[in-house]
Amino acid sequence: MEHTLSLEEVRHVARLARLVFKPEEEEMFRQQLSRILDHVQRLNELDTSRVQPTFHVVPLKNVMRRDETRPCLPRDEVLANAPDAQGGFFRVPKITEG
Amino acid sequence: MSGKYEAVIGLEVHVELNTKSKIFCSCPTEFGKEPNTQVCPVCLGLPGVLPVLNEEAVRKAVQAALALNCEITSYAKFDRKNYFYPDLPKAYQISQYDLPLARNGWIELSGGKRIGIRRVHLEEDAGKLVHQGDITSAAFSFADYNRCGVPLIEIVSEPDIRDPEEARDYLTRLKGILQHIGVSDCRMEEGSLRVDANVSVRPVGSREFGTRTELKNIGSFRAVYRGLSYEIERQSKLLDRGEPVIQETRHWDEQNGVTRSLRGKEEAQDYRYFPEPDLVPLQLDPDWVEEIRRTLPELPEARKARFVREYGLPEYDADVLVSSPPIANFYEECVRLFGEPKTVSNWVMGELFRLLNDSGMEPEELKLRPSELVSLLKMTREGVVSGKIAKDVFEQMFRTGEDPESIVKKHNLVQISDKSALEPLVLQVIAENPKVVDDYKSGKKQAFAFLVGQVMKATKGRANPAVVNELLHKRLD
Ligand SMILES: [Zn+2]
Repeated sequence: MEHTLSLEEVRHVARLARLVFKPEEEEMFRQQLSRILDHVQRLNELDTSRVQPTFHVVPLKNVMRRDETRPCLPRDEVLANAPDAQGGFFRVPKITEG
Repeated sequence: MSGKYEAVIGLEVHVELNTKSKIFCSCPTEFGKEPNTQVCPVCLGLPGVLPVLNEEAVRKAVQAALALNCEITSYAKFDRKNYFYPDLPKAYQISQYDLPLARNGWIELSGGKRIGIRRVHLEEDAGKLVHQGDITSAAFSFADYNRCGVPLIEIVSEPDIRDPEEARDYLTRLKGILQHIGVSDCRMEEGSLRVDANVSVRPVGSREFGTRTELKNIGSFRAVYRGLSYEIERQSKLLDRGEPVIQETRHWDEQNGVTRSLRGKEEAQDYRYFPEPDLVPLQLDPDWVEEIRRTLPELPEARKARFVREYGLPEYDADVLVSSPPIANFYEECVRLFGEPKTVSNWVMGELFRLLNDSGMEPEELKLRPSELVSLLKMTREGVVSGKIAKDVFEQMFRTGEDPESIVKKHNLVQISDKSALEPLVLQVIAENPKVVDDYKSGKKQAFAFLVGQVMKATKGRANPAVVNELLHKRLD
Protein backbone atom coordinates (compact mmCIF):
# COMPACT_ATOMS: atom_id res chain seq x y z
CA MET A 1 0.00 0.00 0.00
CA GLU A 2 1.39 3.36 -1.06
CA HIS A 3 1.53 5.90 1.80
CA THR A 4 1.73 9.44 0.54
CA LEU A 5 2.42 12.17 3.02
CA SER A 6 1.04 15.61 2.22
CA LEU A 7 3.19 18.72 2.32
CA GLU A 8 0.96 19.99 5.11
CA GLU A 9 1.86 16.94 7.23
CA VAL A 10 5.54 17.57 6.61
CA ARG A 11 5.14 21.19 7.70
CA HIS A 12 3.24 20.09 10.81
CA VAL A 13 5.94 17.71 12.06
CA ALA A 14 8.60 20.27 11.17
CA ARG A 15 6.77 22.88 13.23
CA LEU A 16 6.51 20.48 16.19
CA ALA A 17 10.26 19.93 15.99
CA ARG A 18 10.86 23.68 15.59
CA LEU A 19 12.44 23.15 12.17
CA VAL A 20 12.06 25.42 9.15
CA PHE A 21 12.59 24.05 5.64
CA LYS A 22 12.89 25.60 2.20
CA PRO A 23 10.12 24.57 -0.25
CA GLU A 24 12.44 22.17 -2.11
CA GLU A 25 13.45 20.59 1.21
CA GLU A 26 9.80 20.14 2.14
CA GLU A 27 9.24 18.22 -1.07
CA MET A 28 12.39 16.14 -0.53
CA PHE A 29 11.34 15.20 3.02
CA ARG A 30 7.81 14.50 1.83
CA GLN A 31 9.17 11.89 -0.57
CA GLN A 32 11.73 10.45 1.86
CA LEU A 33 9.36 10.25 4.82
CA SER A 34 6.69 8.70 2.59
CA ARG A 35 9.14 5.99 1.55
CA ILE A 36 10.06 5.31 5.19
CA LEU A 37 6.41 5.02 6.15
CA ASP A 38 5.76 2.70 3.25
CA HIS A 39 8.63 0.54 4.36
CA VAL A 40 7.37 0.36 7.94
CA GLN A 41 3.88 -0.36 6.62
CA ARG A 42 5.15 -3.73 5.44
CA LEU A 43 5.08 -4.87 9.09
CA ASN A 44 1.30 -4.69 8.89
CA GLU A 45 1.37 -7.55 6.43
CA LEU A 46 2.48 -9.90 9.21
CA ASP A 47 -0.09 -11.76 11.25
CA THR A 48 0.53 -10.58 14.84
CA SER A 49 -2.75 -11.76 16.30
CA ARG A 50 -0.92 -14.27 18.52
CA VAL A 51 1.95 -11.96 19.52
CA GLN A 52 1.96 -10.08 22.84
CA PRO A 53 2.53 -6.34 22.44
CA THR A 54 6.11 -5.31 23.22
CA PHE A 55 6.29 -2.13 25.26
CA HIS A 56 9.92 -2.55 26.14
CA VAL A 57 12.67 -4.57 24.54
CA VAL A 58 14.61 -5.26 27.75
CA PRO A 59 13.20 -8.21 29.71
CA LEU A 60 13.27 -6.40 33.06
CA LYS A 61 10.58 -4.96 35.29
CA ASN A 62 10.25 -2.96 38.53
CA VAL A 63 13.78 -1.59 38.58
CA MET A 64 13.79 0.91 41.42
CA ARG A 65 16.15 2.69 43.77
CA ARG A 66 15.76 3.53 47.45
CA ASP A 67 14.62 7.00 48.41
CA GLU A 68 18.02 8.36 49.41
CA THR A 69 19.62 11.66 48.56
CA ARG A 70 23.10 12.19 47.24
CA PRO A 71 25.12 15.38 46.77
CA CYS A 72 24.10 17.51 43.81
CA LEU A 73 26.29 19.03 41.15
CA PRO A 74 28.09 22.23 42.28
CA ARG A 75 26.34 25.20 40.74
CA ASP A 76 29.32 26.48 38.78
CA GLU A 77 29.41 23.10 37.08
CA VAL A 78 25.64 23.16 36.56
CA LEU A 79 25.93 26.44 34.71
CA ALA A 80 29.28 25.74 33.05
CA ASN A 81 27.78 24.72 29.71
CA ALA A 82 24.87 27.13 29.81
CA PRO A 83 24.90 29.49 26.82
CA ASP A 84 23.76 32.24 29.17
CA ALA A 85 23.36 32.49 32.95
CA GLN A 86 22.70 35.16 35.54
CA GLY A 87 22.39 35.12 39.33
CA GLY A 88 22.46 31.32 39.52
CA PHE A 89 19.73 30.97 36.90
CA PHE A 90 19.87 29.76 33.33
CA ARG A 91 18.93 32.77 31.25
CA VAL A 92 16.81 31.99 28.19
CA PRO A 93 14.84 34.06 25.71
CA LYS A 94 11.34 34.64 27.03
CA ILE A 95 8.92 32.25 25.43
CA THR A 96 5.19 32.60 25.72
CA GLU A 97 3.71 29.40 27.01
CA GLY A 98 2.82 26.72 24.56
CA MET B 1 -25.99 30.70 35.20
CA SER B 2 -29.48 30.80 33.86
CA GLY B 3 -31.48 27.62 34.42
CA LYS B 4 -31.19 26.74 30.74
CA TYR B 5 -27.71 25.27 30.90
CA GLU B 6 -25.79 22.88 33.05
CA ALA B 7 -22.04 22.74 33.41
CA VAL B 8 -19.81 19.72 32.89
CA ILE B 9 -16.57 19.97 34.82
CA GLY B 10 -13.53 17.72 35.03
CA LEU B 11 -10.51 18.45 37.21
CA GLU B 12 -6.87 17.56 36.74
CA VAL B 13 -4.94 17.82 39.96
CA HIS B 14 -1.15 17.63 40.19
CA VAL B 15 0.23 16.78 43.61
CA GLU B 16 3.90 16.69 44.61
CA LEU B 17 4.77 13.60 46.62
CA ASN B 18 6.83 14.30 49.74
CA THR B 19 9.70 11.90 49.09
CA LYS B 20 13.20 12.77 50.23
CA SER B 21 14.73 12.49 46.77
CA LYS B 22 13.47 13.17 43.26
CA ILE B 23 11.61 10.62 41.16
CA PHE B 24 14.46 9.59 38.83
CA CYS B 25 17.62 10.84 40.59
CA SER B 26 19.02 11.31 44.09
CA CYS B 27 18.69 15.11 44.32
CA PRO B 28 16.80 16.35 47.40
CA THR B 29 13.29 17.74 46.93
CA GLU B 30 13.46 20.53 49.52
CA PHE B 31 11.49 23.66 48.71
CA GLY B 32 12.94 27.17 48.77
CA LYS B 33 16.63 26.48 48.13
CA GLU B 34 18.97 28.71 46.09
CA PRO B 35 18.27 28.32 42.36
CA ASN B 36 19.92 25.36 40.60
CA THR B 37 21.53 23.94 43.74
CA GLN B 38 19.31 20.80 43.87
CA VAL B 39 20.19 19.45 40.45
CA CYS B 40 22.38 16.77 38.87
CA PRO B 41 23.07 15.51 35.35
CA VAL B 42 19.91 13.35 35.40
CA CYS B 43 17.38 16.07 36.23
CA LEU B 44 19.25 18.57 34.06
CA GLY B 45 18.74 16.20 31.15
CA LEU B 46 22.41 15.97 30.23
CA PRO B 47 23.24 13.39 27.56
CA GLY B 48 24.08 9.83 28.53
CA VAL B 49 22.37 9.69 31.92
CA LEU B 50 20.03 6.97 33.14
CA PRO B 51 16.92 7.76 35.20
CA VAL B 52 16.09 5.18 37.92
CA LEU B 53 12.65 5.13 39.51
CA ASN B 54 12.29 6.05 43.21
CA GLU B 55 10.56 3.18 45.03
CA GLU B 56 9.08 5.49 47.65
CA ALA B 57 7.43 7.62 44.95
CA VAL B 58 5.74 4.48 43.64
CA ARG B 59 4.66 3.47 47.15
CA LYS B 60 3.17 6.89 47.83
CA ALA B 61 1.42 7.00 44.48
CA VAL B 62 -0.07 3.55 45.19
CA GLN B 63 -1.18 4.72 48.65
CA ALA B 64 -2.87 7.73 47.11
CA ALA B 65 -4.51 5.68 44.36
CA LEU B 66 -5.84 3.12 46.85
CA ALA B 67 -7.15 5.84 49.15
CA LEU B 68 -8.99 7.22 46.11
CA ASN B 69 -10.59 3.79 45.53
CA CYS B 70 -8.62 3.11 42.35
CA GLU B 71 -7.51 -0.20 40.88
CA ILE B 72 -3.76 -0.56 40.58
CA THR B 73 -3.04 -1.71 37.04
CA SER B 74 -1.11 -4.93 36.50
CA TYR B 75 1.17 -3.38 33.88
CA ALA B 76 2.19 0.27 33.83
CA LYS B 77 4.87 2.03 31.81
CA PHE B 78 6.46 5.42 31.38
CA ASP B 79 6.34 7.59 28.28
CA ARG B 80 7.98 10.70 26.98
CA LYS B 81 5.72 13.69 26.50
CA ASN B 82 7.51 15.95 24.05
CA TYR B 83 7.29 19.70 24.12
CA PHE B 84 9.62 22.64 23.86
CA TYR B 85 9.48 24.95 26.81
CA PRO B 86 12.43 26.07 28.93
CA ASP B 87 10.96 24.70 32.17
CA LEU B 88 12.08 21.26 30.97
CA PRO B 89 15.71 21.00 29.91
CA LYS B 90 15.22 17.61 28.19
CA ALA B 91 12.43 18.97 25.93
CA TYR B 92 10.26 16.12 27.18
CA GLN B 93 8.61 15.21 30.42
CA ILE B 94 8.64 11.62 31.67
CA SER B 95 5.00 10.80 32.31
CA GLN B 96 2.57 7.92 31.80
CA TYR B 97 0.34 7.93 28.76
CA ASP B 98 -1.75 4.90 27.85
CA LEU B 99 -0.83 2.56 30.71
CA PRO B 100 -1.05 4.57 33.94
CA LEU B 101 -0.42 3.29 37.45
CA ALA B 102 -4.08 3.29 38.51
CA ARG B 103 -7.61 3.69 37.16
CA ASN B 104 -11.31 3.79 38.03
CA GLY B 105 -11.53 5.38 41.47
CA TRP B 106 -13.94 7.78 43.09
CA ILE B 107 -14.38 10.41 45.78
CA GLU B 108 -17.65 10.77 47.63
CA LEU B 109 -18.93 14.33 48.13
CA SER B 110 -20.85 15.62 51.17
CA GLY B 111 -24.27 14.71 49.77
CA GLY B 112 -23.16 11.18 48.91
CA LYS B 113 -22.62 11.84 45.19
CA ARG B 114 -19.58 10.05 43.80
CA ILE B 115 -17.17 11.77 41.44
CA GLY B 116 -15.29 9.27 39.32
CA ILE B 117 -11.52 9.29 39.06
CA ARG B 118 -10.42 8.21 35.62
CA ARG B 119 -6.76 7.67 36.36
CA VAL B 120 -3.83 8.38 38.63
CA HIS B 121 -0.39 8.45 37.07
CA LEU B 122 3.18 9.24 38.05
CA GLU B 123 5.31 11.86 36.37
CA GLU B 124 8.13 14.30 37.01
CA ASP B 125 7.63 17.96 37.85
CA ALA B 126 9.10 20.70 35.65
CA GLY B 127 11.41 23.54 36.65
CA LYS B 128 10.34 27.06 37.46
CA LEU B 129 10.66 30.16 35.29
CA VAL B 130 10.94 33.56 36.88
CA HIS B 131 10.84 36.96 35.24
CA GLN B 132 12.25 40.32 36.12
CA GLY B 133 9.60 43.01 36.15
CA ASP B 134 6.47 42.64 34.11
CA ILE B 135 6.19 39.29 32.33
CA THR B 136 4.75 40.83 29.18
CA SER B 137 7.65 43.23 28.70
CA ALA B 138 10.45 40.98 30.01
CA ALA B 139 13.02 40.00 27.40
CA PHE B 140 14.32 36.94 29.28
CA SER B 141 13.13 34.06 31.38
CA PHE B 142 15.28 32.78 34.25
CA ALA B 143 15.16 29.02 34.72
CA ASP B 144 15.57 27.26 38.07
CA TYR B 145 15.57 23.46 37.83
CA ASN B 146 15.42 22.63 41.55
CA ARG B 147 11.82 21.45 41.18
CA CYS B 148 12.57 19.57 37.98
CA GLY B 149 12.15 15.86 38.70
CA VAL B 150 10.19 16.16 41.94
CA PRO B 151 7.68 13.27 41.87
CA LEU B 152 4.13 14.20 40.95
CA ILE B 153 0.91 12.31 40.70
CA GLU B 154 -1.73 13.57 38.33
CA ILE B 155 -5.27 12.74 39.39
CA VAL B 156 -7.79 13.06 36.57
CA SER B 157 -11.48 13.13 37.43
CA GLU B 158 -14.30 11.99 35.21
CA PRO B 159 -16.46 14.89 33.92
CA ASP B 160 -18.95 14.17 36.72
CA ILE B 161 -18.81 17.56 38.43
CA ARG B 162 -21.80 19.79 37.71
CA ASP B 163 -21.15 23.09 39.46
CA PRO B 164 -18.37 25.12 41.11
CA GLU B 165 -19.51 24.11 44.60
CA GLU B 166 -19.08 20.41 43.75
CA ALA B 167 -15.64 21.23 42.36
CA ARG B 168 -14.64 22.88 45.62
CA ASP B 169 -16.07 20.00 47.64
CA TYR B 170 -14.17 17.46 45.50
CA LEU B 171 -10.90 19.34 45.94
CA THR B 172 -11.35 19.77 49.69
CA ARG B 173 -11.97 16.05 50.07
CA LEU B 174 -9.12 15.10 47.78
CA LYS B 175 -6.71 17.29 49.74
CA GLY B 176 -8.02 15.88 53.04
CA ILE B 177 -7.48 12.30 51.87
CA LEU B 178 -3.95 12.97 50.61
CA GLN B 179 -3.01 14.80 53.80
CA HIS B 180 -4.47 12.05 55.96
CA ILE B 181 -2.33 9.41 54.31
CA GLY B 182 0.62 11.80 54.46
CA VAL B 183 1.84 11.55 50.86
CA SER B 184 1.89 15.31 50.25
CA ASP B 185 1.57 18.51 52.22
CA CYS B 186 -0.78 19.79 49.48
CA ARG B 187 0.22 23.44 49.75
CA MET B 188 -1.27 25.33 46.88
CA GLU B 189 0.74 28.46 47.69
CA GLU B 190 4.00 26.49 47.33
CA GLY B 191 2.75 24.72 44.23
CA SER B 192 2.66 21.25 45.80
CA LEU B 193 -0.99 21.00 44.74
CA ARG B 194 -2.10 22.49 41.42
CA VAL B 195 -5.46 22.42 39.71
CA ASP B 196 -6.47 22.66 36.05
CA ALA B 197 -10.18 22.65 35.26
CA ASN B 198 -11.99 21.61 32.09
CA VAL B 199 -15.42 23.14 31.77
CA SER B 200 -18.20 23.19 29.20
CA VAL B 201 -21.91 23.97 29.32
CA ARG B 202 -24.82 22.28 27.57
CA PRO B 203 -28.59 22.72 27.51
CA VAL B 204 -30.21 21.02 30.50
CA GLY B 205 -31.31 17.55 29.45
CA SER B 206 -28.74 17.25 26.68
CA ARG B 207 -26.43 14.26 26.90
CA GLU B 208 -23.75 15.50 24.57
CA PHE B 209 -20.86 17.57 25.84
CA GLY B 210 -20.42 21.17 24.74
CA THR B 211 -17.06 22.58 23.61
CA ARG B 212 -14.80 22.88 26.62
CA THR B 213 -12.18 25.33 27.73
CA GLU B 214 -9.31 24.57 30.06
CA LEU B 215 -8.68 26.90 32.98
CA LYS B 216 -5.11 27.31 34.20
CA ASN B 217 -3.25 29.49 36.67
CA ILE B 218 -5.67 28.82 39.52
CA GLY B 219 -4.06 29.68 42.85
CA SER B 220 -6.59 28.55 45.46
CA PHE B 221 -9.78 26.54 45.91
CA ARG B 222 -11.65 29.83 46.10
CA ALA B 223 -10.16 30.78 42.74
CA VAL B 224 -11.35 27.44 41.32
CA TYR B 225 -14.85 28.33 42.44
CA ARG B 226 -14.70 31.87 41.08
CA GLY B 227 -12.97 30.92 37.82
CA LEU B 228 -15.48 28.17 37.07
CA SER B 229 -18.42 30.44 37.91
CA TYR B 230 -17.07 33.09 35.58
CA GLU B 231 -16.38 30.62 32.78
CA ILE B 232 -19.83 28.99 33.03
CA GLU B 233 -21.46 32.40 32.85
CA ARG B 234 -19.31 33.42 29.89
CA GLN B 235 -20.02 30.25 27.92
CA SER B 236 -23.75 30.42 28.69
CA LYS B 237 -23.91 33.96 27.32
CA LEU B 238 -22.10 32.88 24.16
CA LEU B 239 -24.62 30.07 23.63
CA ASP B 240 -27.51 32.47 24.33
CA ARG B 241 -26.25 34.71 21.55
CA GLY B 242 -25.81 31.74 19.24
CA GLU B 243 -22.03 32.14 19.20
CA PRO B 244 -19.65 29.19 19.41
CA VAL B 245 -17.42 28.42 22.40
CA ILE B 246 -13.82 28.11 21.20
CA GLN B 247 -11.81 25.19 22.54
CA GLU B 248 -8.81 26.82 24.16
CA THR B 249 -6.74 27.28 27.30
CA ARG B 250 -7.73 30.27 29.39
CA HIS B 251 -5.89 31.84 32.29
CA TRP B 252 -7.69 32.90 35.44
CA ASP B 253 -6.92 36.51 36.28
CA GLU B 254 -7.47 36.62 40.04
CA GLN B 255 -7.14 40.38 40.34
CA ASN B 256 -9.78 41.24 37.77
CA GLY B 257 -11.91 38.15 38.33
CA VAL B 258 -11.99 37.12 34.66
CA THR B 259 -10.61 34.37 32.45
CA ARG B 260 -8.47 35.31 29.46
CA SER B 261 -7.45 33.58 26.31
CA LEU B 262 -3.67 33.75 26.19
CA ARG B 263 -3.04 32.82 22.61
CA GLY B 264 -4.87 33.48 19.45
CA LYS B 265 -5.20 30.57 17.12
CA GLU B 266 -3.43 27.60 18.59
CA GLU B 267 -2.25 24.44 17.00
CA ALA B 268 -3.84 21.40 18.60
CA GLN B 269 -1.53 20.01 21.30
CA ASP B 270 0.56 17.23 19.86
CA TYR B 271 2.91 15.74 22.40
CA ARG B 272 4.06 12.80 20.25
CA TYR B 273 4.14 10.45 23.24
CA PHE B 274 6.32 7.41 22.91
CA PRO B 275 7.50 4.77 25.42
CA GLU B 276 10.42 5.89 27.60
CA PRO B 277 13.21 3.50 26.60
CA ASP B 278 15.31 4.29 29.71
CA LEU B 279 12.71 3.00 32.18
CA VAL B 280 11.42 -0.54 32.37
CA PRO B 281 7.75 -1.32 32.99
CA LEU B 282 6.08 -1.64 36.38
CA GLN B 283 4.31 -4.88 37.16
CA LEU B 284 3.58 -4.42 40.81
CA ASP B 285 3.31 -7.49 42.99
CA PRO B 286 -0.35 -7.81 44.10
CA ASP B 287 0.84 -8.87 47.57
CA TRP B 288 2.85 -5.67 47.89
CA VAL B 289 -0.19 -3.64 46.84
CA GLU B 290 -2.37 -5.49 49.35
CA GLU B 291 0.18 -4.83 52.07
CA ILE B 292 -0.04 -1.10 51.30
CA ARG B 293 -3.83 -1.28 51.34
CA ARG B 294 -3.81 -3.00 54.74
CA THR B 295 -1.46 -0.46 56.26
CA LEU B 296 -3.15 2.67 54.91
CA PRO B 297 -3.64 5.25 57.66
CA GLU B 298 -7.18 6.05 58.77
CA LEU B 299 -9.03 7.82 55.97
CA PRO B 300 -11.32 10.81 56.53
CA GLU B 301 -14.54 8.77 56.22
CA ALA B 302 -13.40 6.28 58.85
CA ARG B 303 -12.13 9.05 61.09
CA LYS B 304 -15.46 10.85 60.79
CA ALA B 305 -17.33 7.70 61.84
CA ARG B 306 -14.96 7.32 64.80
CA PHE B 307 -15.52 10.95 65.86
CA VAL B 308 -19.27 10.32 65.90
CA ARG B 309 -18.86 7.04 67.78
CA GLU B 310 -16.10 7.98 70.24
CA TYR B 311 -16.86 11.62 70.93
CA GLY B 312 -20.62 11.60 70.39
CA LEU B 313 -20.31 14.44 67.87
CA PRO B 314 -23.08 15.27 65.40
CA GLU B 315 -22.25 14.04 61.86
CA TYR B 316 -21.95 17.64 60.73
CA ASP B 317 -19.24 18.50 63.27
CA ALA B 318 -17.33 15.31 62.51
CA ASP B 319 -17.45 15.99 58.78
CA VAL B 320 -16.14 19.53 59.13
CA LEU B 321 -13.39 18.56 61.59
CA VAL B 322 -11.96 15.70 59.53
CA SER B 323 -11.95 17.70 56.29
CA SER B 324 -8.55 19.02 57.39
CA PRO B 325 -6.06 16.68 59.08
CA PRO B 326 -4.23 19.46 60.97
CA ILE B 327 -7.58 20.56 62.42
CA ALA B 328 -8.66 16.99 63.21
CA ASN B 329 -5.33 16.36 64.97
CA PHE B 330 -5.60 19.64 66.88
CA TYR B 331 -9.13 18.71 67.92
CA GLU B 332 -8.23 15.23 69.12
CA GLU B 333 -5.31 16.46 71.16
CA CYS B 334 -7.53 19.08 72.86
CA VAL B 335 -10.12 16.43 73.71
CA ARG B 336 -7.42 14.15 75.09
CA LEU B 337 -6.24 16.93 77.41
CA PHE B 338 -9.59 18.47 78.30
CA GLY B 339 -12.46 16.06 77.65
CA GLU B 340 -15.83 17.66 76.76
CA PRO B 341 -15.68 16.80 73.03
CA LYS B 342 -18.66 18.97 72.10
CA THR B 343 -17.31 22.04 73.91
CA VAL B 344 -14.00 21.65 72.09
CA SER B 345 -15.77 21.11 68.78
CA ASN B 346 -17.78 24.32 69.27
CA TRP B 347 -14.57 26.26 69.90
CA VAL B 348 -12.74 24.79 66.94
CA MET B 349 -15.61 25.12 64.49
CA GLY B 350 -16.69 28.51 65.80
CA GLU B 351 -13.82 30.66 67.02
CA LEU B 352 -10.86 28.91 65.42
CA PHE B 353 -12.46 28.62 61.96
CA ARG B 354 -13.61 32.25 62.11
CA LEU B 355 -10.07 33.47 62.91
CA LEU B 356 -8.50 31.24 60.25
CA ASN B 357 -10.98 32.55 57.72
CA ASP B 358 -10.49 36.20 58.66
CA SER B 359 -6.72 35.90 58.48
CA GLY B 360 -6.79 33.92 55.22
CA MET B 361 -4.57 31.33 56.90
CA GLU B 362 -4.54 27.65 55.95
CA PRO B 363 -5.08 25.18 58.82
CA GLU B 364 -1.57 23.78 58.33
CA GLU B 365 -0.12 27.22 59.10
CA LEU B 366 -1.76 27.25 62.54
CA LYS B 367 0.79 27.99 65.26
CA LEU B 368 -1.56 27.74 68.22
CA ARG B 369 -0.95 24.58 70.28
CA PRO B 370 -3.76 22.38 71.60
CA SER B 371 -2.43 22.80 75.17
CA GLU B 372 -2.93 26.58 74.90
CA LEU B 373 -6.58 26.33 73.93
CA VAL B 374 -7.00 23.77 76.71
CA SER B 375 -5.57 26.17 79.33
CA LEU B 376 -8.11 28.73 78.21
CA LEU B 377 -10.94 26.19 78.34
CA LYS B 378 -9.88 25.21 81.86
CA MET B 379 -9.87 28.86 82.92
CA THR B 380 -13.40 29.15 81.56
CA ARG B 381 -14.56 25.96 83.24
CA GLU B 382 -13.14 27.11 86.57
CA GLY B 383 -14.83 30.48 86.21
CA VAL B 384 -11.56 32.44 86.02
CA VAL B 385 -12.77 34.16 82.85
CA SER B 386 -16.27 34.53 81.43
CA GLY B 387 -17.23 32.85 78.18
CA LYS B 388 -17.39 36.21 76.44
CA ILE B 389 -13.96 37.29 77.63
CA ALA B 390 -12.55 33.88 76.72
CA LYS B 391 -13.35 34.59 73.07
CA ASP B 392 -11.43 37.87 73.19
CA VAL B 393 -8.51 36.17 74.91
CA PHE B 394 -8.55 33.44 72.27
CA GLU B 395 -8.37 36.01 69.49
CA GLN B 396 -5.32 37.57 71.13
CA MET B 397 -3.70 34.16 71.57
CA PHE B 398 -4.29 33.46 67.91
CA ARG B 399 -2.84 36.78 66.76
CA THR B 400 0.07 37.21 69.16
CA GLY B 401 0.94 33.65 70.17
CA GLU B 402 0.82 34.68 73.86
CA ASP B 403 -0.48 32.19 76.39
CA PRO B 404 -3.91 32.81 77.94
CA GLU B 405 -2.68 33.25 81.53
CA SER B 406 -0.44 36.18 80.67
CA ILE B 407 -3.10 37.80 78.45
CA VAL B 408 -5.66 37.61 81.27
CA LYS B 409 -3.14 38.95 83.76
CA LYS B 410 -1.87 41.74 81.54
CA HIS B 411 -5.32 43.05 80.63
CA ASN B 412 -6.89 42.35 84.02
CA LEU B 413 -9.62 40.13 82.57
CA VAL B 414 -10.31 37.85 85.52
CA GLN B 415 -14.01 37.17 85.89
CA ILE B 416 -15.81 38.93 88.74
CA SER B 417 -17.85 36.41 90.69
CA ASP B 418 -17.67 38.20 94.01
CA LYS B 419 -21.23 39.18 95.02
CA SER B 420 -20.13 42.15 97.10
CA ALA B 421 -18.32 43.57 94.08
CA LEU B 422 -21.26 43.06 91.72
CA GLU B 423 -24.10 44.08 94.06
CA PRO B 424 -23.51 47.88 93.78
CA LEU B 425 -23.43 47.61 89.97
CA VAL B 426 -26.69 45.65 89.93
CA LEU B 427 -28.35 48.28 92.11
CA GLN B 428 -27.01 51.04 89.87
CA VAL B 429 -28.33 49.40 86.70
CA ILE B 430 -31.76 48.94 88.33
CA ALA B 431 -31.81 52.57 89.39
CA GLU B 432 -30.79 53.84 85.95
CA ASN B 433 -33.36 51.79 84.02
CA PRO B 434 -36.72 52.20 85.75
CA LYS B 435 -38.72 51.70 82.54
CA VAL B 436 -36.98 48.40 81.72
CA VAL B 437 -37.51 47.23 85.29
CA ASP B 438 -41.24 48.02 84.94
CA ASP B 439 -41.33 46.13 81.64
CA TYR B 440 -39.80 43.11 83.31
CA LYS B 441 -42.21 43.25 86.22
CA SER B 442 -45.14 43.42 83.81
CA GLY B 443 -43.97 40.19 82.24
CA LYS B 444 -41.52 41.06 79.44
CA LYS B 445 -38.83 38.42 79.70
CA GLN B 446 -36.41 40.14 77.29
CA ALA B 447 -36.16 43.09 79.64
CA PHE B 448 -34.24 40.91 82.07
CA ALA B 449 -31.59 40.04 79.49
CA PHE B 450 -31.13 43.75 78.82
CA LEU B 451 -30.41 44.40 82.48
CA VAL B 452 -27.88 41.54 82.59
CA GLY B 453 -26.28 43.03 79.50
CA GLN B 454 -25.94 46.41 81.21
CA VAL B 455 -24.09 44.88 84.14
CA MET B 456 -21.83 42.98 81.73
CA LYS B 457 -21.14 46.19 79.87
CA ALA B 458 -20.30 48.05 83.06
CA THR B 459 -17.68 45.38 83.85
CA LYS B 460 -16.42 45.16 80.26
CA GLY B 461 -17.69 41.60 80.07
CA ARG B 462 -15.90 40.42 83.20
CA ALA B 463 -18.95 39.84 85.41
CA ASN B 464 -19.94 36.24 86.01
CA PRO B 465 -23.32 36.07 84.27
CA ALA B 466 -24.64 33.39 86.62
CA VAL B 467 -23.94 35.59 89.65
CA VAL B 468 -25.44 38.66 87.94
CA ASN B 469 -28.56 36.64 87.13
CA GLU B 470 -28.88 35.53 90.70
CA LEU B 471 -28.45 39.06 92.10
CA LEU B 472 -30.93 40.59 89.67
CA HIS B 473 -33.53 37.94 90.40
CA LYS B 474 -33.11 38.53 94.10
CA ARG B 475 -33.76 42.25 93.64
CA LEU B 476 -36.57 42.11 91.10
CA ASP B 477 -38.62 39.00 91.83
ZN1 LIG C 1 18.92 15.33 39.98
